[in-house]
Amino acid sequence: MLKLNGTGASGALAAGKVKILHRYEPGVSHTISEDTDAELERFEAAKKKTLLDIDADYKKVLENSDEEIAEIFGMHALMTEDKEFNSHIKDVLYSMKTNAEYAVFITGKKFAERFSSMDDDYMQARAADVQDIVKRLIKNLTGSKNTIQEFSHKAIIAADDLTPSETVALPKDKILAFVTENGSVNSHTAILARSMGIAAVVGVGNKFLENLNDDDIITVDGYSGEVVISPDEEFLKEFNEKQQNEAIQKDLLYDLKGKETITLDGMGIKLFANIGSAEDADEALKNDAEGIGLFRSEFLFLDSNNAPDEQKQFEAYKSVLEKMQGKKVIIRTLDIGADKQPEFIKLTPEENPALGIRGIRASFLHKDIFKIQLRALYRASVFGRLGIMFPMITDETEVTEALDICKEVRQELLQEGISFDENTEHGIMIETPAAAIMSDRLAPLVDFFSVGTNDLLQYTLACDRQNSSISHIYKRNEPVIRLIKTAADNAHKNGKWIGICGELAADTELTKKFLEMGIDELSAAPSYILPLRKKIRNLSL
Amino acid sequence: MKTFDYTVTAANGIHGRPAGNLVKLAGTFKSTIIIKKGDVSNDLTMLMAVMSMGVRKGDTVTITIEGPDEQIAANAVEEFFKQNL
Repeated sequence: MLKLNGTGASGALAAGKVKILHRYEPGVSHTISEDTDAELERFEAAKKKTLLDIDADYKKVLENSDEEIAEIFGMHALMTEDKEFNSHIKDVLYSMKTNAEYAVFITGKKFAERFSSMDDDYMQARAADVQDIVKRLIKNLTGSKNTIQEFSHKAIIAADDLTPSETVALPKDKILAFVTENGSVNSHTAILARSMGIAAVVGVGNKFLENLNDDDIITVDGYSGEVVISPDEEFLKEFNEKQQNEAIQKDLLYDLKGKETITLDGMGIKLFANIGSAEDADEALKNDAEGIGLFRSEFLFLDSNNAPDEQKQFEAYKSVLEKMQGKKVIIRTLDIGADKQPEFIKLTPEENPALGIRGIRASFLHKDIFKIQLRALYRASVFGRLGIMFPMITDETEVTEALDICKEVRQELLQEGISFDENTEHGIMIETPAAAIMSDRLAPLVDFFSVGTNDLLQYTLACDRQNSSISHIYKRNEPVIRLIKTAADNAHKNGKWIGICGELAADTELTKKFLEMGIDELSAAPSYILPLRKKIRNLSL
Repeated sequence: MKTFDYTVTAANGIHGRPAGNLVKLAGTFKSTIIIKKGDVSNDLTMLMAVMSMGVRKGDTVTITIEGPDEQIAANAVEEFFKQNL
C-alpha cells in the first residue's frame, strides 16, 4: 500500500483498476532545408489539417454538450491562426533555414514558456493549450497516425499529464477517474472530470507512475487529493463505506441542487453558508449555498504571529468573492476577545471576557488594525457582492462610529484612486439582547441584520454554553425566538433584510417559525444547506 | 487617434471566448488597435499576446486606435468591451 497526495481537482471518490496512458511524444528532428518556400507550404498544409482536426474535436464535444471543453477547442483554432505565432514560425524558417517541424517546435516552446512563467494558475494551464496545438501540427507534418487506446474494462486513467486533444480521444464511458502526475485544477483533465462528475487528482508527483503497473487497484479521493496504490483490505473497506455515504449525499444533491428554496405554499427564503476560510467556499458551492452569510475573518488573525497585512487579507476576501461569482458574501470584521486573542494584540486579561473587550469593542481600541481590514474589504468589493458586518453591537453610537470609520477609509481609497463597490452593504450582528431590543433604532442605520444565536442565547439566558452542568438551560430558546421576532419586525418596518447565522439557523425544528417571521436568510454550515432545503420544500405555512 | 480606458468587470478577465471574439473583431478594421495594461502594450489582433497580458477583473486597460476607420473601430471595440468584458 502506497499513499500519495496531490490536489483534489474534481470532488468524487473512485476505486478500481488503473490504466496507464502512454502519451504520444512527437520526435522532432532538426534539419537544414534550403527550400524555405517548400517548408512553408508544408506548414500551411499541416495547419489546414490541424484546423480541421480541432474542428472535429470541437463538434464532438459539443454533441456531448460539454460547452466548457468545446470553448477550449474554439480557442485552439484561434491560437493556431494567431498572427504572431504564425509570423514567428515564418521568421524561423527564413532566418534559420530549418525544416517546418523544428520551426513549429521552437516557436511553440517560446509561446508556452510565456504562459508557464506567469504567476497565475489559470495562465500556466494555458501553456498546455500551446503544447496541444504544437503536437497536432507536428503530427500532421510528420504524417504519423493517432495511437488508439484500447479499453477492455472501466479504468482509472493514470498519466503524467494530458492535453485536451488526448483527453477527448478517450472513451468517456470507460473512465472511472483521472490521476495525473502534473497539471493543475485548471487543467482540461480537471475541467472534463468535473463536467463528467468523476474523481480527479492532479499533481501527485513523479513517485506515482514509477510505482504503478497496469491493472493495479488504486483509490482516488478527488476531495482530499489522496491516491492510494494497492490499498490493504481494511483501507479499502473504509473507502467503500465513504463511497456509499457519498452516493447518499449525491442523491440529495441530485434531488435538490439548483432547486428553489421555497415552501409548498410559495414562501421563499435564502440559504447561505457559514465559512471560516477561503477554501471553505468550495464546500459552500458544492452544497449549493446561495451565498455566504457569515465569513469569520478571525482565521487570518489567529493563525499568524503578526497582524496580517492588507494584501494578505485582500487576497483572502477577493478569493471568496470570486469563487461565489456574484452571490452575496457577508464578511464579519474581526471578532476577538480576551478568550481568543491573537499574539499581536495585547488585551488585558479580564475577569469576564464574554462581557469584556470583544468584537467591535476591540476594533475601536485597535483602530489601525480595523482600518487595514476595512481597506482590504473595500478593495476586494469589486470582485463580487460584499456585505460588511460588525459583531457585538449594543447601541446606535457604536454603529455610527463604525460607519464613520468606514466612510473615512472609503475617502482615503478615493483619494488614492483605488476603486471599490459603492453598493457594498453594511450590517450588524444581533447577538446581544440590547441590540435586539433596540433594533427599531438600529435598523435605519444599516442595510441588514444577522442574528448570532449562540451569543444571543448565552447573553439572554445568562448561560455559558460550554458549561455542561447547565446545558438544560441553554436549550430554552423561547426568549431568544421572541427577540429574533422583535428584530425581524423592526428590520422589515425599515425595509431592511434579516438573516440568522447562528446554530439555531440549522435547527429544522425551528425552520417553520423562522419562515413565519419572514426571516430572509438562514446561514449554516455547508452540510446543513441541502437538508434545510429539503425541509423547507416540504413545509407549508 | 482615438483612445479610451476600460476597467474589466467580467469574472474571468480577458480570456476564453470573449478574448477570441475581441481579437476577431479587432482584425476586421484597417486601423491599428493597441491594448495597454501597465507598461505592457500589444496589438489587439494578436490573441496569444493579449491573453498573456493576464488581464483580470478589476484591471484597467487603455485602448488606442489609429487609422482610416478609427472612429468606427473605436465605437465598435468600446461597445464590445461594455457588452462582454
